[in-house]
Amino acid sequence: MRDLTNEILELIRRTSSSLPPDVEKRLKESIEKEEPGSAARGALETIMKNIELSRTNSTPICQDTGTPIFQVHYPVGWSTIQLKKQIRAAMEQATKKSYMRPNAVDAVYDKNTGNNLGGDDFPYIHFEETESEELTIELMLKGGGCENVGRQYSLPDNTLGAGRDLAGVRKVVLDAVQKAQGKGCAPGVLGVSIGGDRGSSYIKSKEVLLSEMGTRNSDPKLAELEERLTSESNEMGIGPMGFGGKTTVLDTKIIGLSRLPASYFVSVSYMCWAYRRRKMTVKGEEVTYD
Amino acid sequence: MKQLTTPISDEAIRDLKVGDSVALSGIMVTGRDAAHKWMIETFIKKTRAPQGEDMQVYEELKKLLNGSVIYHCGPVVAGLDTKEYKFIAAGPTTSIREEPYQADVMKHFNVKGVIGKGGMGPKTLKGCEETPGVYFHAIGGAASFLAQTVVKVHGVFKMDFGVPEAMWVIEVKDFPVVVTMDSHGGSQHSVIDDASKKVLDDLLEKPY
Repeated sequence: MRDLTNEILELIRRTSSSLPPDVEKRLKESIEKEEPGSAARGALETIMKNIELSRTNSTPICQDTGTPIFQVHYPVGWSTIQLKKQIRAAMEQATKKSYMRPNAVDAVYDKNTGNNLGGDDFPYIHFEETESEELTIELMLKGGGCENVGRQYSLPDNTLGAGRDLAGVRKVVLDAVQKAQGKGCAPGVLGVSIGGDRGSSYIKSKEVLLSEMGTRNSDPKLAELEERLTSESNEMGIGPMGFGGKTTVLDTKIIGLSRLPASYFVSVSYMCWAYRRRKMTVKGEEVTYD
Repeated sequence: MKQLTTPISDEAIRDLKVGDSVALSGIMVTGRDAAHKWMIETFIKKTRAPQGEDMQVYEELKKLLNGSVIYHCGPVVAGLDTKEYKFIAAGPTTSIREEPYQADVMKHFNVKGVIGKGGMGPKTLKGCEETPGVYFHAIGGAASFLAQTVVKVHGVFKMDFGVPEAMWVIEVKDFPVVVTMDSHGGSQHSVIDDASKKVLDDLLEKPY
């Protein structure tokens, strides 16, 4: 099996230092919505300068290089044991090269491992076998500030008057946005999953963030709710960094899961404006990056 | 945009109001969770006995922090092997985690400003009135840009906390911030929180 350590290192470099074009475009468009001279507009202008500088110098967009979340789709015959070793080796090298900050802290003994390798769970890697001949590795870096403002609700939620239906989902998501204020480094992107158990619900609310900006759910009911949540979130006036302003949420993505008859979870993962996600594809000898 | 250089006087602090944009210059010190907990326990509440070089570091910090600024930041730093440190990425981290400690640290060391993101709570706001000091909000995530304002890394304390948690002594030039909590009891964060809550309550009343 081919050794992809260097190619994965390049994936990490790109993810940490070069924001995807669709995210950059959406941020740029939002500048015009904010008042000239306002703190909100100033924040967005600084953000745009930072995006350019990081890309030019291969330096991290944000010093919190976050939880590395890998999604690997591998063709029949590839070894996940080998792939995991290569991902971990690449992560260690990326840390040495300052593409990543040492970010794995032992939660019991409070020691930073210094190389971004924690136990078996850090970095987080999800493997899925595919019938395709292409190997794809997607990487998302999700910082702690936005991770901390994520929320999970068990419906019905009586304080919000949220029942077990899409009307209830809407209410709890809006509540999560209001509670987040600017703390998740607004303007953010919402990943929402409906159903599942507590664990799968949170995982899927992050996986749904791997799709491009503006990707709508194929179910028209959910697509409509996605649009509505983005627009209603922006009515709250929280604005970039919570300075006040028109741009609080850039996009919303919803996924519907199966649930137990007894449970109805809604999980909201908040992704900061530094929405770092990149993908590499290996086809035969060729390796390409999105 | 106002220009301020550390050490900052009480008069200059009282002059600042919520919403002011400021370009900060001079020497400041980074500190986040481990550093604040350590300062409180070892030197302020004294529930933990000083160990190793703690007392020497304390004497240095008293000089450095007097009239200066604490920056809530866990940077990416190059040159760790050679100790020729350079800040590569250095945006603010979430400040609210220091809410239990911040006011006491400000008062003890006469810290005139705290830089971070997301704002802080009532205890720190009261600390800002009493010290006096202010909360400066930096642009979260703008790490490469803000690292460029760090013109020199003078040194580092408490490297045993790990790179993000260590206390880095840095010199900055025109570091851009917005005052979101001032020394007169003003907080932009509570204003926005209250206003957005009103909108949320209206939205929750709307039929689906």
